[in-house]
Amino acid sequence: MPAVAPRSGDAIFASAERVNAELFTLTYGAIVRQLITDLEEVDEVNKQLDQMGYNIGVRLIDEFLAKSNVSRCVDFKETAEVIAKVGFKMFLGVTATVTNWDAEGTTCSLVLEDNPLVDFVELPDTCQGLHYCNVLNGVVRGALEMVSMKTEVTWIRDMLRGDDAYELQVKLLKQIPEEYPYKDDE
Amino acid sequence: MASTACFMIVSRTDIPIYEAELGSALKKEDAAQQHQFILHASLDIVQDLAWTTSAMFLKAIDRFNDLVVSVYVTAGHTRFMLLHDSRNEDGVKCFFQEVHELYIKILLNPLYLPGSRIASSHFDTKVRALARKYL
Repeated sequence: MPAVAPRSGDAIFASAERVNAELFTLTYGAIVRQLITDLEEVDEVNKQLDQMGYNIGVRLIDEFLAKSNVSRCVDFKETAEVIAKVGFKMFLGVTATVTNWDAEGTTCSLVLEDNPLVDFVELPDTCQGLHYCNVLNGVVRGALEMVSMKTEVTWIRDMLRGDDAYELQVKLLKQIPEEYPYKDDE
Repeated sequence: MASTACFMIVSRTDIPIYEAELGSALKKEDAAQQHQFILHASLDIVQDLAWTTSAMFLKAIDRFNDLVVSVYVTAGHTRFMLLHDSRNEDGVKCFFQEVHELYIKILLNPLYLPGSRIASSHFDTKVRALARKYL
């Protein structure tokens, strides 16, 4: 029987190196600010943040698997739980809750009550379409793609727009079977 | 609550970035501009005084009839200016300190450009609540 995967990232989070939360928040803020200045259009900024997140995600998954000792997840439900309880805790210091499963078990929501990225932030009228935390979308999407799951991640609720929590909808599009580029008998 | 009060935040480059009429009494049309005029006029005095003292709170630096101008200068040289009828000095000081806290929060918002107009309705509500509490 495989070792039971850790159900919380507390231990790893406690031992990991950390930076000051305000430094982190303001650095992320500066990135978003600069993107808005450079790209001028909010939609472009969203796209760029998502792409940046994706690039982070495809690298972060390796670190995550190396440090967290999670075993292979049997289904998408378990995957979502691990992301919410271990992944978010490890890298962001908060945990998410997984809710709103659909009947097929391919779509769920990660709900964040607390989000360190958005301290101090208030959306001005000029940036109403901005998904400030869009980088998180990309991270989740990129990380899952590296473990052969094609997903689509969208924001459902956003506190900056007056909702009561952050809700990230993760939709499993398809599982890519592992492909071997080589043949054994050659 | 003071019968008249006008509050204004002036950026370091002398641009007004926030204005609020905090008085409870109804005023004539031209009175509002008059209050702003008085505050703007006292900016020169603030400029001279600010460098002579290390205190941030400069009380009653100018007066106009029964109205007094008090000013709070932040470290970044943003000036909070309040026109009030002289009664509650401690209240004014507390008001400035709490507004300073709010202003810092605004300044920490990455989407706010320092020196631009403060358009946040949240800030506006909070300032008005503080004015009711202290002035």
